[in-house]
Parts: sequence; C-alpha cells; structure tokens
Amino acid sequence: MLWIAIRMLTGDAQKFYGLLFGIAFSTLLITQQMTIFVNLVQRGASGVFNAPEAEVWVMDPVSRTTDVSYAMPATALDKVRSVPGVEWAVPHLRAVANVRTAEGDLEGVAVIGVDDATLIGLPRRMAQGDKSVLFAPDAVAIDDTGAQRFFPAGASPIGARLELNDQRAVIRGIADAIPSFTSTVVLYTRYSNALNFVPGTRNRLSFVLVGVSEGQTPEQVADRIEAETGLKAKTRDEFAQAGIDFIIENTGIPTNFGITVFLGFVVGVAIVGLTFSLFIRDNIKQFGALKAIGVTNGKIVRMVAAQAGLVGMIGYALGVVGTVLFIYGFSANPFFKGFYIPWQVPLISLVAVVIILAITGLIAIRSVLRTEPAAVFR
Amino acid sequence: MTIPASPPCEAEAAICARGIIRDFEAGQTTIRVLHGIDAEIRSGEMTYVVGESGSGKTTLISIMCGILWPTAGEVKVFGTDIYKLSDTELVNFRLNNIGFIFQQYNLIPSIDAAANAAVPLIAKGMPVEEAREKAKVLLDKLNIGNQADKLPRQLSGGQQQRVAIARALVHEPRLVVCDEPTAALDARSGRRVMDLLREVAVAPDRACIIVTHDNRIFDLADRIIVLEDGRITHDGKEMPDGH
Ligand SMILES: Nc1ncnc2c1ncn2[C@@H]1O[C@H](COP(=O)(O)OP(=O)(O)OP(=O)(O)O)[C@@H](O)[C@H]1O
Ligand SMILES: [Mg+2]
Repeated sequence: MLWIAIRMLTGDAQKFYGLLFGIAFSTLLITQQMTIFVNLVQRGASGVFNAPEAEVWVMDPVSRTTDVSYAMPATALDKVRSVPGVEWAVPHLRAVANVRTAEGDLEGVAVIGVDDATLIGLPRRMAQGDKSVLFAPDAVAIDDTGAQRFFPAGASPIGARLELNDQRAVIRGIADAIPSFTSTVVLYTRYSNALNFVPGTRNRLSFVLVGVSEGQTPEQVADRIEAETGLKAKTRDEFAQAGIDFIIENTGIPTNFGITVFLGFVVGVAIVGLTFSLFIRDNIKQFGALKAIGVTNGKIVRMVAAQAGLVGMIGYALGVVGTVLFIYGFSANPFFKGFYIPWQVPLISLVAVVIILAITGLIAIRSVLRTEPAAVFR
Repeated sequence: MTIPASPPCEAEAAICARGIIRDFEAGQTTIRVLHGIDAEIRSGEMTYVVGESGSGKTTLISIMCGILWPTAGEVKVFGTDIYKLSDTELVNFRLNNIGFIFQQYNLIPSIDAAANAAVPLIAKGMPVEEAREKAKVLLDKLNIGNQADKLPRQLSGGQQQRVAIARALVHEPRLVVCDEPTAALDARSGRRVMDLLREVAVAPDRACIIVTHDNRIFDLADRIIVLEDGRITHDGKEMPDGH
C-alpha cells in the first residue's frame, strides 16, 4: 500500500513539487537564518578568538567585552605577574583611531597593541608576511577583511602608508583574523607603537593577557587574580561568551532573526498545509474507495504518513543542501568569512519540518479517517 | 414499534438481512429510509435491486456489504454476522469477501490500469508486480489487456469501467456489489457491460447484486427485488406487471 501512497503523491507532479518547495523553502530559511545568526553573534567573541594564546583576560572591573573596556594603570601588569599560577602576562591595548587612506578617505579603525617582545595578542596566522615584520618601526599588520576593504582587488596593501591619527604607519603584513561583529578594519601593531598611534590619558592598558602555569586551571588562576589584584579576570571561554552575550543583549539581532525563522516556519505550515490539504481533497474519493475495498484505518494512516515523510525527507535535504551551497557560494565574501553550520542548526530545522508535517499530516489524516466508506456509492 | 418475527434464511443464503432499519438525521428530524427489510441474496445469481430514485436502493446494498451501519437489524454475509465484527475485522472481511464496482470507478489516477485492478491484492499484501500480473490476466479477459500499462486518464470511460470491474473481481470475492453500472452509458454499451458482468462476475459460488433503475436491462436479471419507499414490494424472477 505504501507503494500506492507514494505513487499517488509523485503522480501529482504539481502538488508534489509544491510540497517539496514548501518544505525546502522553510528548511532553507530556518537553517540559513539560524546559521547566519549563530555565526554573526559569535563575532562578538572575535576579539577573544583572535588572541589564541591568552588563557585568562584581566581587565578593569567595569570592562565588559574586548570592545567595551576601560583602561587600567600600567602598574596592573606587574600586579598580575606577581599572582601565583600566572606563567606569563603581557599588555594588550585596544583602541579606536582614525586613518587617512591613500585616497584621502577617513576611516575609523581598531588599533590593537600586542606585546612588544612576544607578539602575543596577534591572531594565530598571518595571511601575508611573517609576524616578525611587526618588529620594524612604524609597522602595522592589517586584518584580511580590512585589507579587502581598504585596497581594491589587485592592489597589494604591503608597503602602503597610512596616516594613523597623524602618525605615520606602514602596512607590513596581513593577519588572518576572524572579522569583528561590526567588520571594523583592525590594525595590529606592537604595544609601544600603539601608545604612539593612540594618544590618550595616563591609563592606556586595556587588558592583560595571561598564560597559566602547568597544573593550574584558568578558572583557578582567574579567581586568584581577582582576589589578589581587585581587577576582573575572565577565562577565555567566559570572556568569549561575554562578547556573544553583549551582542545578543544590545542588538535587535535575536529578534530580527527570530522573526525570520518564525516566518519560515509559518510559510512552511501555510504552503505545505494548503498543498497537502488540496492533495488529500483531490484524492478523498480514492481514499474512500480504498476504505470500502478493505484498507484499514491503520494502513490509511501509514499511507498518509509515508506521503508526508517522503516530502519531508526530500524537501529537508534540498533545504539543507541549499543552505550549504549558499554559505559555500558566499565564502569569498568577507562578511561570511569562517562561517560554518553548527550541527544543532540542521537538527532544529529538522524538528521544525517534523512539526510542520505533523500538523498538516494530522489534519489530512483526520479528513481521510472521517470519510465514510459508504460515501463511495454517492 | 414491534417488528414481526421473520422466518429464518435458507442455510446457503449468501446474504441474509433481517429487520433492517436505517434512519438518517436531517437537521431536527429523523428520516427513516429503510423500514425493516428482510431479504436474501443467493449465490450463483445476478440479483437486481430496482426502484425509484430515493427509494433506498443504495442505502440497502451499502448495509448489505458492510460499509454502512444499520440503525437496527442483522446482516449475515456467508454466515458471518458482519455488524458484530470489530471495525478492523469488518474491514478485513470486506477485503476478503466483497468486490465493489463504484459508479464513478474511483480509480487512482497516478497508477496504471493493471495496478488499479490489482489494488485489492496489494491491500492483502501481495507484492505489486505479482499482483499486477494477476490483474493483467483479468484485464485480458475483459478485452483491455493491451491497456494494462496506461493511466486511467489515458483510457475511455468504458475502458475505465472495465478496469473497475477487474478490480472488483481480481481477488475472487464471493460477493460482488455494483451501483448503477449503466447509468452513464447508452443502451448498447449498457447491455454490453451487463453481458460482460454476467459472464465474468456470476459464478456458482458467488453472489452478485446490481443496483439499477435502468429498465432496458431488467431482462438480464435472475432475480429482481423492488424497493418502494424503503420497503420491498416485489421479489421474483421478473418485474411485476405495470413496470
Ligand atoms: N447520508 C445520508 N444522510 C441523509 N440522508 C440520506 C443519506 N443517504 C441517503 N439519504 C436519504 O435516504 C433516501 C434513500 O437514499 P438512497 O441513496 O438509498 O436512494 P436510491 O434508491 O439509491 O436513489 P438513487 O436511485 O437516486 O440513487 C433518500 O431520501 C436520501 O436523501
Ligand atoms: Mg443510489
């Protein structure tokens, strides 16, 4: 009987493709929007991910994220270094500055000052040039998405001069970095250079990055730093989460994406529900005939379930493949750099598809079960 | 109201209906469509149920073949009191014992003629290909063997009806029920279909009930039951005088 059920469905090409489209569209919308949401929100932690060596971030108690920080006095560094369990501690400066490009445009950039000696605070890899280029005077490394923004395709940023808050800076390398939430251009330079580039008040030390001694957990060390220095200390994971939470709490992003995902679900219910109801209504006489001939309600339910299941499986697969192609197709676009589909996302859209089909399937089954077999003689 | 006790049926009766009453709710009022029908259908015969429109013919045969519950009364089909069966047992009883020919055929549009004719076998669990092969033999007998691979919409109305007839017979049921088989046909085609049904549907161990008000084919019946306003007014080999 399942063979007949499937043929009934696929034989009506128009409705079959309509149903596939409905499920695929919903899956695509839900999967794609949630993927973008998750990746975008994780950009709130890009500052943390871009300094992979740091196991603990130490900051002023009022600082909240890598981009929302209040500077500490320079003495904080020595205080942190004296805490037991701190293997190493380096200064880390994060500030904003204005840059005048070769074309004369003024742009806001983020300046990140990394440790002069160890260069801790740089992203894991350079896209172009070696990390050691930063030892040259006035040298900065630009992040790769920034390079694409500042320099049109073909023009090499290496060697380009920038006017950074009226100070001369020369781009010597390109860092392979995760873009920030706002896609701000980032310039990496040594801490001592950064102090020159970014004029300011007495206190300029944004963070102290800490590595913990062997046998110590970052949590223990962070607690001890807080207790002994009165500063705030967060493990890498905690601080990354703080960055993500900040985006979620302070932007309309969850609402916007939530609305789109919800609409995807509603559109799915609408398209699939209507088409499936039409399909069942068109075939109600045939179902009635089958019931009269001697197909039990249980088998009828299984037939409808098989029809819904087939549509669901193919439609869902198309939707997920569509999302993968979408992300893949835009992978060259800096906005989508590093985008991935967390496994939870397809699972959630699968649940959505199952709910859509359960709703429409139950309505369909109800109308089929209600048809009296005696109706076939009318 | 008391119903006078009816005499028992013949032992070998295919269908034994006793005291069949059927009411329909129509808004506030209840309409009694069948007023205590006693009837017997025998195997090896083609029995016509005739009567004016609205006399209750369809209602009666629906009850006799187990797709419509009577308000009161008892129906035994080959000795089984079918309305004492559970829902599932009744469905399976129909599948194993009854062949239906619906007026609108109700073929499944997206499977071919052979598969449509094979539906009862497939419903019984026979593999699709095996069932189609069996159905093809029957389609051959009905002279549409060469149409076996066509979809219903590629067939003429008459060919579709033959597919429907094949579907009613493919699982060799002991009872075949047919509502208005000639209503949509001209006189000649109507006769041809009835001849065909006589040939393929009537067998010594099979009963065949045909509902019709087509007086052009009354002469082909072995037995005619006349219904008037939900009561049997005649039961015999020929139509009563005046019809
Ligand atoms: N499901 C129903 N609900 C309400 N009334 C019904 C229902 N089925 C049949 N009736 C009524 O019962 C009466 C007999 O109907 P039935 O269909 O048995 O007549 P029939 O002899 O088959 O007529 P026809 O020759 O027109 O097919 C009619 O008055 C009809 O309106
Ligand atoms: Mg009728």
